[in-house]
Amino acid sequence: MSTALSPAPFDAARFADFLRLHHLPACMEANSPDAYWAALTWEQREDTGLDPETLAARYAEFLTLDRQPGAEMALHSLDVLRGRDKSGNPERYDLRFAPGDVVCLVGPTGAGKSRLLADIECLAQRDTPTGRQVLINGEPPGDSERFSGESGLVAQISQNMNFVIDLPVGEFLHMHAESRALTDPAPVVDQVLHAAVAMAGEPFDADTQVTQLSGGQSRALMIADAAFLSPKPVVLIDEIENAGVDRRAALDLFVRKGKIVLLSTHDPLLALSGSRRLVIRHGAVQDVITPGPDEQAMIARLVEIDARLADLRARLRNGERISGFPA
Amino acid sequence: MRLVTVAGPPSSGKTSLIVRTLLALRDDGLRVGVVKFDCLSTQDAAVFDRHDIPALVGISSGFCPDHYFISNIEDCAAWGERLGLDLLVTESAGLCNRCAPHIRGFLAVCVLDALSGVNTPRKVGPMLKTADLVVITKGDIVSQAEREVFAFRVRQVNPRARILFVNGITGQGAWEAARIWRSAPEDGVLQGGRLRFSVPTAVCSYCLGETRIGSDHQHGTVRKIPIPS
Repeated sequence: MSTALSPAPFDAARFADFLRLHHLPACMEANSPDAYWAALTWEQREDTGLDPETLAARYAEFLTLDRQPGAEMALHSLDVLRGRDKSGNPERYDLRFAPGDVVCLVGPTGAGKSRLLADIECLAQRDTPTGRQVLINGEPPGDSERFSGESGLVAQISQNMNFVIDLPVGEFLHMHAESRALTDPAPVVDQVLHAAVAMAGEPFDADTQVTQLSGGQSRALMIADAAFLSPKPVVLIDEIENAGVDRRAALDLFVRKGKIVLLSTHDPLLALSGSRRLVIRHGAVQDVITPGPDEQAMIARLVEIDARLADLRARLRNGERISGFPA
Repeated sequence: MRLVTVAGPPSSGKTSLIVRTLLALRDDGLRVGVVKFDCLSTQDAAVFDRHDIPALVGISSGFCPDHYFISNIEDCAAWGERLGLDLLVTESAGLCNRCAPHIRGFLAVCVLDALSGVNTPRKVGPMLKTADLVVITKGDIVSQAEREVFAFRVRQVNPRARILFVNGITGQGAWEAARIWRSAPEDGVLQGGRLRFSVPTAVCSYCLGETRIGSDHQHGTVRKIPIPS
């Protein structure tokens, strides 16, 4: 088992990492798992709860992580084939999503938005309660894609989410980059930071603690991070609060990065900005609306209103007195 | 009958996960039950009761919780067989982090809480490293970046395990957990079976009820911190 998985030459630094992560005593001299085992005292061996074969196998598995640098899945199309609603009636629409699509989901709480996202998340194969089937690049995913490792195509951003780690923004982003095994994380970290600051109303930098960010700043950082650093090809956004984040810039960023954006929102500006709007009711997609000329004309007007509100907000922040609605 | 061992630190969301998953399995027509192992006390029996899930409770109190688990698991499984269960789950807390209730040949599940921070996977012992399925709870309230780092760090210490995010409040993800539990190995034999990780071999005077401090009272296996002089 170990020989099949580890043809690579022994790497002392990686072995030291492995020992540290598995809470095993360090040993600088050993040049193989077997030699390491031989160098341990009887008492140390008892403590490990392992045997030499298990140790070698675990190390070989650990090394396989180096060969999977969190590669982004090449997704050209994502299909969700129709299932049935809560009463068992057939759904009317097959859906196809392509990179750069911004699709809005509308419908009251409990209508079935979460169920649709869950079907995508677990790559449903007519085996979930909705009976939907998900195709990746036109084909049903293999069992290995569905059942191994950490599956899931979907990155999520919601209003309930917080940063819980107490680190400066720069270190935090480096930590995320490290989990992707990126060889040169610094440029990506800079990109995320610039994009986030550009979207947020108030500036911050790499030395700001993530827990000190305002609501708008942390949402902007989550959006930029998901666009540049997350390997997930689909991004689900559950409302973007309009205070302190340039929402249209956020959507543009995802579109530029070729993500499929599913946006659960009733914000008029965002809901009309999507290329399609899925109306979800009673557990099924009841309607698919493509914004016509009327709705598109509305967007320009909404952008204008939004800019005026943003301007008012900025003036209030500056401590100005407000007299009359801005022209 | 399938036997599934579920372990995780206190308040990580084990009971919520188990209830959600068992309800999904019961919807599919399976008969399900739980054995809850705890050290001091537990109110969880009431939770299972509310959902009409048969539950057996074992409180180890003064006894080493791991030894307690191993010496009782066979009888608990027999209880499940008597009730005609299709699937029995054992739930136990992380105990002292040194041990794990996972048994060779049976589905082993570890539950971790995303809110506990990205360093958690590096602090948890064999109940994580020897698990087949790692369920991460409370992922809906931490950032996507932290979820990805958390999952990566789980993979670093257990590359084989399937990782699943489950929301114990809404039940999102529980359907998938149910699918994995349903395909757990069936009718495994416990008698003569083996734990995936050994329990402590130490027996010292404190194991036997000693309360006094001082080297005069320390007998059996005693270990000292190496303190530089």
